[in-house]
Amino acid sequence: LGLSWWSHVEMGPPDPILGVTEAYKRDTNAKKMNLGVGAYRDDNGKPYVLNSIRKAEAQIAAKKMDKEYLPIAGLAEFNKASAELALGDTNEVIKSGRYVTVQTISGTGSLRVGASFLQRFFKYSRDVYLPKPSWGNHTPIFRDAGMQLHAYRYYDPKTCGFDFAGALDDISKIPEQSVILFHACAHNPTGVDPRPEQWKELAAVVKKRNLFAFFDMAYQGFASGDINRDSWAVRHFIEQGINVVLSQSYAKNMGLYGERVGAFSVICKDVDEAKRVESQLKILIRPMYSNPPINGARIATIILTSPDLRKEWLEEVKGMADRIIDMRNQLVANLKKEGSSHNWQHITDQIGMFCYTGLKPEQVERLTKEFSIYMTKDGRISVAGVTSGNVGYLARAIHQVSK
Amino acid sequence: PSRSSIASVVQLVLSLGVWKTLLFSLAAYRTDEGQPWVLPVVKKVEQKIANDASLNHEYLPILGLPEFRANASRIVLGEDSRAIKENRVGGVQCLGGTGGLRIGAEFLRRWYNGTNNTATPVYISSPSWENHNSVFVNAGFKDIRAYRYWDAAKRGLDLEGLLEDMESAPEFSIFVLHACAHNPTGTDPTLEQWKQIAAVMKRRFLFPFFDSAYQGFASGCLDRDAWAVRYFVSEGFELFCAQSFSKNFGLYNERVGNLSVVGKDADNVQRVLSQMEKIVRTIWSNPPSQGARIVATTLTCPQLFAEWKDNVKTMADRVLLMRSELRARLQALGTPGTWNHITEQIGMFSFTGLNPKQVEYMIKEKHIYLMASGRINMCGLTTKNLDYVASSIHEAVTKFQ
Repeated sequence: LGLSWWSHVEMGPPDPILGVTEAYKRDTNAKKMNLGVGAYRDDNGKPYVLNSIRKAEAQIAAKKMDKEYLPIAGLAEFNKASAELALGDTNEVIKSGRYVTVQTISGTGSLRVGASFLQRFFKYSRDVYLPKPSWGNHTPIFRDAGMQLHAYRYYDPKTCGFDFAGALDDISKIPEQSVILFHACAHNPTGVDPRPEQWKELAAVVKKRNLFAFFDMAYQGFASGDINRDSWAVRHFIEQGINVVLSQSYAKNMGLYGERVGAFSVICKDVDEAKRVESQLKILIRPMYSNPPINGARIATIILTSPDLRKEWLEEVKGMADRIIDMRNQLVANLKKEGSSHNWQHITDQIGMFCYTGLKPEQVERLTKEFSIYMTKDGRISVAGVTSGNVGYLARAIHQVSK
Repeated sequence: PSRSSIASVVQLVLSLGVWKTLLFSLAAYRTDEGQPWVLPVVKKVEQKIANDASLNHEYLPILGLPEFRANASRIVLGEDSRAIKENRVGGVQCLGGTGGLRIGAEFLRRWYNGTNNTATPVYISSPSWENHNSVFVNAGFKDIRAYRYWDAAKRGLDLEGLLEDMESAPEFSIFVLHACAHNPTGTDPTLEQWKQIAAVMKRRFLFPFFDSAYQGFASGCLDRDAWAVRYFVSEGFELFCAQSFSKNFGLYNERVGNLSVVGKDADNVQRVLSQMEKIVRTIWSNPPSQGARIVATTLTCPQLFAEWKDNVKTMADRVLLMRSELRARLQALGTPGTWNHITEQIGMFSFTGLNPKQVEYMIKEKHIYLMASGRINMCGLTTKNLDYVASSIHEAVTKFQ
């Protein structure tokens, strides 16, 4: 029959993040816990479809709309509402129109479009600086887009907190006009965010070094429960005259994971620049997937632009954020009860879906093998996967592997 | 024609508000009332999905919804596909046909004919869908070439030129083939011609990358429209086929597509899919669920499947009717030239053969917006406008040579 074209193709390693869920599914232990992928779970450990989303979907179903192609840049109403959510609708940028927002395939799609745009048009540098650590997929996304990756100090393993001095030191030495990426809130994987005073200093050094700021905001509303608070850093940078680019995802804060809803925005000098940038973004998107899927964007648009549903959505987002904060508190309390002598304060200091427990790979392996608790080997847990029903089991297991 | 040039035509039309404006440019089906058509089976399935409280919006796996992938591949390769039975077929759910082409192109650039061999020539038909070129360029290929396809003089397939180009192509070159309803010419090889094409490709070790955007939509019969792909598989080729469900399911804006991979054996296909995952992960992570759910639900329920085939035939039949009606009118009018290509061509598009001056006349004087190439979307024709379009073509051809 002859040799295959693919004889030399290696088996790819399982995706570290999504691969965790796959291993979890195969486990038959009744007590198993999936603390891997960042998808919210309610207190029964079940996926949560927001009520406001259900209402929006019912509205869509009743309207019986057609299925004609969206424009390349996506649903215009969605793009506008998305930018307003990020920046506030009274923001000078919104009022002047000196920005472009395109609908993207959730956060990943947004980052890829952004990275590709920079590769093609950011003529000053190929270098992108990520916080150390960062979301595992950031590096391959930027690399596949043709950029080069570097890191700046971010997480301090000694304190399980923010290495502010280290970050400032590193950033002040980044070559001018490099690209620097920030997590707007609820840093993934550590849950460690700079405080507002620290953000101010970061903005100052970015400005001083003339660095290009790329914000990844995947958790607006989900971190503190307050959408304005969570986007404060992005708005502050813009106020300081830094024209940022921004990736947004609605996977977590609207629970629209599989609908792939996201946006990419470029803050520009003026409307004319925004138009030119938009035309080039479309040229990049067309040979990727032509135009984006409508379903999730329609849902998000209805939520953002209907006063009642928007209010209900904000309450539900706060509810999710509050439950996570509650689980953090309970986990620490339970660890104390178990008799753990370690300082677990970082669990409640950190914010958002994820928690960098500080556990080592060997300890993580034991958690999986002995307790069927699934997480990524960097010690990251998705707090959303913790419930009042299993937090005790989790605490016991963590204590067992760390005492 | 670029999407933005099509979009600007649309803008112009809408801004003119001319009552007789006829949109012949966009690649979407229209009913006899000139309206978009949500397939009745799709409405039914969407209602089912909306009423199913057990469904949620969780992430799909990276490669997509398993029931969708398997059934989508089954649709193009056939119920009794030996390749499927031998477990040497894989599917990657992608964002429309474009997404399937891009993922396939990215994979080929990384893993085909060596590793990261950006120099492998990629052959695209002349003419072709304009986005083909961009997809392969953006995937990193440096040597994109055209293979002869459309013979403007005889208004048909330039088989001799096509085969010559295949004979002279470097071994291992990639060829992008339209599975049926060639876009933009509407001109497909006959079965015998496909056999000749396959023979040359086999002998010269050329890689077939099929673009299947119109299965069922072209002839009204799923099997017939997949004949070429299935023939290549039966001839032992390893190939890719980017399938779009935009047209045959009318799911344009849900972005439903499948990249079918046919390999020598299961092991090779598994390794290929594992590398496809890595490519997908940095472009869109995992695909959108709504459209895939609709297609999977339809394909896995015999009743819904039958209803879908019926809906597809409705669309195909209307286009076929418009073709024969237009040709009949042109012949009745005695319009100079031959018009059998109108009915010999197949699918959504027709290369009318109108030259730029004639096209300009159609647009400016008759408000019939076709592409500069003379490409017309047959879906724009309705029983109400057939006479007008026929007489307009007649005028254009008699006024300008």
